[in-house]
Amino acid sequence: MRNTSVNLAGVELKNPVMTASGTFGSSGEYGEFYDLGELGAIVTKGVANVPWPGNPVPRIAETKSGMLNAIGLQNPGIDVFIERDIPLLKQYDTKIIVNVCGRTVEDYCEVVERLSDQPVDMLEINVSCPNVKEGGIAFGQKPEALEAITKEVKRRAKQPVIMKLSPNVTDIGEMARAAEAGGADVLSLINTITGMKIDIHKRTFALANKTGGLSGPAVKPVAVRMVYQAAQAVSLPIIGMGGIMNGEDAIEFILAGATAVSVGTANFANPFAAEETVKGILDYMERYQVEDIRDLIGAVR
Amino acid sequence: MKYQETAVIAEQQEIAEHIYSLWLKADKIAREARPGQFVSVYCRDESRLLPRPISICEIDKEGGRLRLVYRTAGAGTREFSRLAAGDSLELVGPLGNGFPLDKGYRKVLLVGGGIGVPPMVELAKWLPGEKMTVSGYRNGDLFLKEELSRNSALYIATEDGSVGTKGNVLDAIRENHLEADAIFACGPSPMLKALKAYAEEKGMDCYLSLEERMACGIGACLACVCTSKDVDAHTNVKNKRICKDGPVFAAEEIEL
Repeated sequence: MRNTSVNLAGVELKNPVMTASGTFGSSGEYGEFYDLGELGAIVTKGVANVPWPGNPVPRIAETKSGMLNAIGLQNPGIDVFIERDIPLLKQYDTKIIVNVCGRTVEDYCEVVERLSDQPVDMLEINVSCPNVKEGGIAFGQKPEALEAITKEVKRRAKQPVIMKLSPNVTDIGEMARAAEAGGADVLSLINTITGMKIDIHKRTFALANKTGGLSGPAVKPVAVRMVYQAAQAVSLPIIGMGGIMNGEDAIEFILAGATAVSVGTANFANPFAAEETVKGILDYMERYQVEDIRDLIGAVR
Repeated sequence: MKYQETAVIAEQQEIAEHIYSLWLKADKIAREARPGQFVSVYCRDESRLLPRPISICEIDKEGGRLRLVYRTAGAGTREFSRLAAGDSLELVGPLGNGFPLDKGYRKVLLVGGGIGVPPMVELAKWLPGEKMTVSGYRNGDLFLKEELSRNSALYIATEDGSVGTKGNVLDAIRENHLEADAIFACGPSPMLKALKAYAEEKGMDCYLSLEERMACGIGACLACVCTSKDVDAHTNVKNKRICKDGPVFAAEEIEL
């Protein structure tokens, strides 16, 4: 029996595959296609202290081997999330990771406190959304701000804290160290890369927000490089993501230093993508006679 | 229930300029589908990640077949247009809510504009009562005229006046003095906006099928929202998911 389980800050995942926040809803939408209990963890869409309406449409645009999104963190707020979404997600035999967003440090802390007595396994702090004017990425582009918010969140959090890092920085290693200094338990990266698409026929921006976050296979080499650099910079476990479409892509991130991986945009291209990534990792382990997935973490230096 | 299904193409032809008619064998989706629903169609070219949402034009339950009539608008739909009998396509569906069929209207007006015409074909088959269809086209290059005539009285509007009423669907409704209990419509948003106002003025019920850029197609990503009049039960804000809560909405539920 090959071991696919990994440990993130004391939380044992049956396999390293989770879903990237924002691509998988919060109400088990993909449970209509397969048993979500096959995944290592479900990461919810970002939730704030109050409902957020998000950005005007169009909110997405396809690009070559990728897509831009500027949803703007639309969410129903923590009250509805706790009452409705957590029970829906608890039906599945998997770990639940709640992505937390906010406009101010107080907003983030309020959500974190509200979740303290909830049956969720980890918190992922979204300090890297490029599509909202306040909060989001503002905390994720300056090392001092990142360290400070990490400390504030950690003081209140009952669950292990994952800080989700932005790729829109000069030195990802510096940001990883700042989150580590603030007390983060785990890092996840990359969030989307800020991009733009112009419709030359209509002479308008493809997105109402003008800019959006680029994701999908187009960003994968950037993501692999950043996961590698972050893994070199800190000793924290890392959740790698950015364009993972299948098991082979997931293995690449693990070899670069990720302990776990998230499947995001691929869910849109194939609703079974996360489930197939779990199988693809096992196929790779069988092909190369890998007994324990943990032997692959950061194995390429 | 939604299915992912590998559909096999039975036949495909261009029925008007840039308008293609595609009959597909897709047993599971055909069994579940209702008028006004759509399918996500996935490209074979992996550089095009997102499925194309395409409305269902006809459902052949016995034969397990679906008919999609679509316009080639970009590289993805052009890819579909090159497929021939025997080729396959990945689909997910049926998606969305479809038109309401049990409202007990005696007389209904089905209105399709441009590539919003196709869903009216199956709707005309399912709706009880007296049915009139108004379809609007740019010019005399009409499509689905015979199919629409089979189950409803058909009125045509063309922008250039080459067939039927010169002008838009509302001009045709007025010119022909068409009256009904309700309007069921799909088409470009200026048309839907005008119909919503017209129905309000006449005191008619009105159902509109909306369109927006989609990613997941199943209500997870919140890309394809429309503005709602009241706070929506699911989103807890004033918008609704077109792919999941729609694409068909009662006109008074939404802001256009």
